[in-house]
This record gives sequence, C-alpha cells and structure tokens, in this order.
Amino acid sequence: MGVEAFREVENPSSEVVRFHADQPLSMDAGVSIAPLSIAYQTYGRLNADKSNAILVCHALTGDQHVANIHPVTGKQGWWTTMVGPGRPIDTNRYFVICSNVIGGCMGSTGPASLNPATGQVWGLDLPVVTIRDMVRAQAMLVDHLGIEKLFCVAGGSMGGMQVLQWVASYPDRVFAALPIATASRHTAQNIAFHEVGRQAVMADPEWSGGRYAALGKHPTKGLAVARMAAHITYLSEGALQRKFGRKLQDREAPTFSFDADFQIENYLRYQGSSFVDRFDANSYLYVTRACDYFDLAADYGGVLARAFLGAKTRFCVVSFTSDWLYPTSDARAIVHALNAASLPVSFVEIETDKGHDAFLLDEPDFIATTRGFLEAAANARGLTAPAGVAAQ
Amino acid sequence: MSDFSKSTTRVDLLLVADMVEPGSRVLDVGCGDGALLEILQRDRKVDGRGIELSQLGVNGCVAKGLSVVQGDADTDLADYPDDAFDYVVLSQTLQATRRPREVLEHMLRIGRRAIVSFPNFGHWRVRSQLLMFGRMPQTQTLAYSWYDTPNIHLCTIRDFVQLADEMDASIDRAIALDGAGAKVRVNAPWWFWNLFGEQAVFLLHRSKR
Repeated sequence: MGVEAFREVENPSSEVVRFHADQPLSMDAGVSIAPLSIAYQTYGRLNADKSNAILVCHALTGDQHVANIHPVTGKQGWWTTMVGPGRPIDTNRYFVICSNVIGGCMGSTGPASLNPATGQVWGLDLPVVTIRDMVRAQAMLVDHLGIEKLFCVAGGSMGGMQVLQWVASYPDRVFAALPIATASRHTAQNIAFHEVGRQAVMADPEWSGGRYAALGKHPTKGLAVARMAAHITYLSEGALQRKFGRKLQDREAPTFSFDADFQIENYLRYQGSSFVDRFDANSYLYVTRACDYFDLAADYGGVLARAFLGAKTRFCVVSFTSDWLYPTSDARAIVHALNAASLPVSFVEIETDKGHDAFLLDEPDFIATTRGFLEAAANARGLTAPAGVAAQ
Repeated sequence: MSDFSKSTTRVDLLLVADMVEPGSRVLDVGCGDGALLEILQRDRKVDGRGIELSQLGVNGCVAKGLSVVQGDADTDLADYPDDAFDYVVLSQTLQATRRPREVLEHMLRIGRRAIVSFPNFGHWRVRSQLLMFGRMPQTQTLAYSWYDTPNIHLCTIRDFVQLADEMDASIDRAIALDGAGAKVRVNAPWWFWNLFGEQAVFLLHRSKR
C-alpha cells in the first residue's frame, strides 16, 4: 500500500462514523469489536420521509468512492456507469450511500487500522470478517443515518452477496434488491482462486506473518501476483483473445527471455503493480475469506428459499453470459429460491463477452434493465421523479 | 409467439383474463411484452409472474414493474415447486415448445389450474390450403413459411382434447374463436369447433389420481 492509501486508513477522504464501546459490532467469529469505524460516501439528498435511500455495496477490492474521483488513484469512481445524475441509480432522485466494508482498507475498520487496545495495527489479530458482519456494520451505519427502510440495496459480485444477506437479515428494511453477477455461496472453484491469491500474498517474505506494518515492510510482490491471477477470472477468454490475442509488447519478435513479450503479460503486470499502491495485503486476505465463508443457504438448514421466507422485497437478478466466476447457473439458483419463497423476482441474463467485469461497464441492455426495474420500483414506492424528468 | 393481429390478440388475452379469479397467483409462461400480466394486474388484482425467452421482452416487462424471469418453458418449469400458483397460463406458445406434453404436465403440477391458448390447425382454411393446393398452410394466425416457423408442434382442437384425456386433465372450460375473434357457438360439437375455430382457449386442472 502506498503512502496516500495508508493515509486513507485512519483519515479517509470521505465521511466516517465511529461507533464506540457502547455500540460494539458482534461478529460471526464469536467476538465483538469496538470501537468501529465505517467510512462512507453519500450522493444526492435524503428526502423528508427518508424513503429514497439506495445502499450500494462494493465488490472485493472496491470501496466507498462509487461516483467521485478516487482519492488515491485519481481515477473516476468504480460505478459511474450506474450511479450519477440521470444514471439508473439517479443521484437527482435517490440518496445513495456506499460504505467501505469492514475488513477493507479505505477507512472502515480493517487489518490495517489501529487496534485501540494495543495501539498497534490490527493485522491478523482482527477477527475474520464475514459477509454477514459487513452487512451488520452497514445496518449500524443506516441506523446512524436515521433510515428505517432502504429503497434499494444494490451491488455486484461480493456486493451482490451483501445484497442477498441484507434481505435475509433485515427483510423489512429492503424495498427492492438488485444483486448482480453474484452467487449465494462460494463454489470450490471460487475458493480455489482466492486461495491461490492468499498463498501468493503469504509466500512473499515481506509479508512477515502479517506483521509487515510493524516491521516497516511492504509485501507488494505477492499481492501483485494475487491481483494478476484474480484479474484473469474477471475477464472472459473471448475478450482476452479479442483485446490481446498473441500480440507482442513493443517488439517485433519474442526476445527468448522471461521479459513481458506479450501484451497480456504487460497488462497483467500493470494491473498487479497499480493495485498494490491502493490496497492492503492483509485486507486482501480478509475480504477474500469473507466471500469464501459465504453460503447463505447453510444458515437456513441448507435451503436457500428459507433465507427469503416472509420477505416482500422485489428483486431483479442479473447475470452475464460470459461470466465464468459467478455464472448464470448461480443466478438461477437465487431466482429459483426467490420464486419458491414467493418473492416478486425478475431475472435477466445479459449477452456480453466482457466476463465478470461486465457489471462495471456500460452494457446497454444491463443499464436499460436496471433503469426500468428501479423506475418501476420507485413508482411503487411513491417516489416522485426528479424535476425536469417526465414520469414514465 | 405467433404473429397475431392486434385485435385478435386482445380478444385472446381478454378471454384468458376472464378465466382467472381475482386476487389469485398467476404464472404467465412466454409472457412476451407482459400485455396479459398487465391486464391481470390492473383488472383482476392478481399476483402475476412471467417467464419470457427474449431479452427484449424481459426488459419491457421489468420496465413496467412486472416480475419476469428470463427463461425457457421447455427447461425452466421443472424448477418450480408444486402448487406454487393458482393458474399457469401458456398463451399461443404451446405449439412452439419442444416437448408440449411435458410443458403441460409441469403447468398442471405447478398450478391448480392451467390455461392454454393455441392456434387450431384443424381450421377449415388450414385444411383447405393443404387439400386444394398441396401447400403448407399460411393463415392470419399461422403467418410463417414452413422453413422459418417457430411453430414446431402444431395441433388441432381435437388433438388437444385427446392429449388432455390421456394426461387425465379435466377440461373446465373451452372456448373457440373464429377468424373474426368471435366465440364459436357454445354448445356446438367438437368437430364443429375444430372446423370453425381459428384458435382455442382451454381451462384445465389435473384430475385426482
């Protein structure tokens, strides 16, 4: 993690709420932690009856900077295709909240944060975080903001898991749910890829058993390899072939060396090295672990439908044809469970070759579907259209 | 799925809607742009759900606030639990499924009642085209050439009645519509309906075993 990123851990460039010993977070690991910081961004304005709030849940290495310039990378927020004025999650109409997950490294309590009990960085002393813990923390934030019921909870990938967990944990607090490119449990293959990433981090001598912060070391090599491997899983074979094929990087012929001859090698190395500037190695262990432990049905006797029984939340589930990380079969399993539990559910599989990352991109059918779903839900919720936009 | 003229479609949908008890739970299989579900929600206050194959259809439905799942009648009905709905509707789609009998069996299992509408291949215009000209029939309700039709399992009203009989499905109501969209005489015999009905609507339920 670079200097700018490290600054964000204790002094995030966003709102931050601190819960003290009187409001501990009780975690699935069986312990409570306090104090607890939750860093968050908001966009748009909360209406008078507090009925227009949308909680956006970020993915594995995302953060609260959904639709503003990122304080570390200087790049656009990660979901500007979806969130902003006139976008499906229209900041002229809705009050949008996104918090950094606990276990993250952008200002919410995570392994890079200071443990007030010791005055040292938490490191691996932080209890293992689950998706349900992340959602509990978000609920504390939503309470803090005085919002009883969210109009919508939306998110892709690990964010989608949080969406599902929200409805299971707080069925009366979610009017509409938009889980995208996600699954109700991690498969062996999902866990396997995450384990490769974690082992890459741990194999880096600089990692030092997780105590690198205290020792002034920087386990960037292992984390970069972890990111490179993970990045492949976010793309499709077709898109990789189309974009890179066997094209060579700034050279006419292979160099008969282990230099980055191919463009794809160069691209992955860049992805790896830019990632380590903004992300904490231990945090990567925690967030990947949270996904691996996620198995929503397991909390309900192995029957996923029971997780949603009694909920009235209207769902729109979205998957992408070329997403092999969380394929359409995962989405269908969610849809079947929602149907079995009699929830109003819509489902679309978007045709694209952009793989898992498609949910972050400007896919017209995807944008159109989510826009339609949210508009219909907003009308059902009695939310007025923003001025200057004709009601449909 | 078949390319109906608008007025005929309306009559067909209204007839289906007419068979549905207000306030019930309805699954519309092959719901297209959601026209029937909209009528049912507006006029009958039903809790309606849809399955639709085409992305465009699903998008249109979702934008209308309807709960529609992208899926295929041939493969996805198996995933629905028994007695999940009061009615399962299959409107002008039976003839385009790969396994119509299995689709029908699932409908009768998932719903307390099934409503099926389909174009009647026994209509005199269809018969006469084959008989007089020796050509595959093309009519207002069956507007495709033989080589590009999605309709791979066409049947007549009599065929359908016989299939219902083989499947131990009881017919609660049956209506045949002529080319103008008017109901064919109510107490006419099957052969008369089969000759003059351009399309048919059946309300069925599974008999007790």
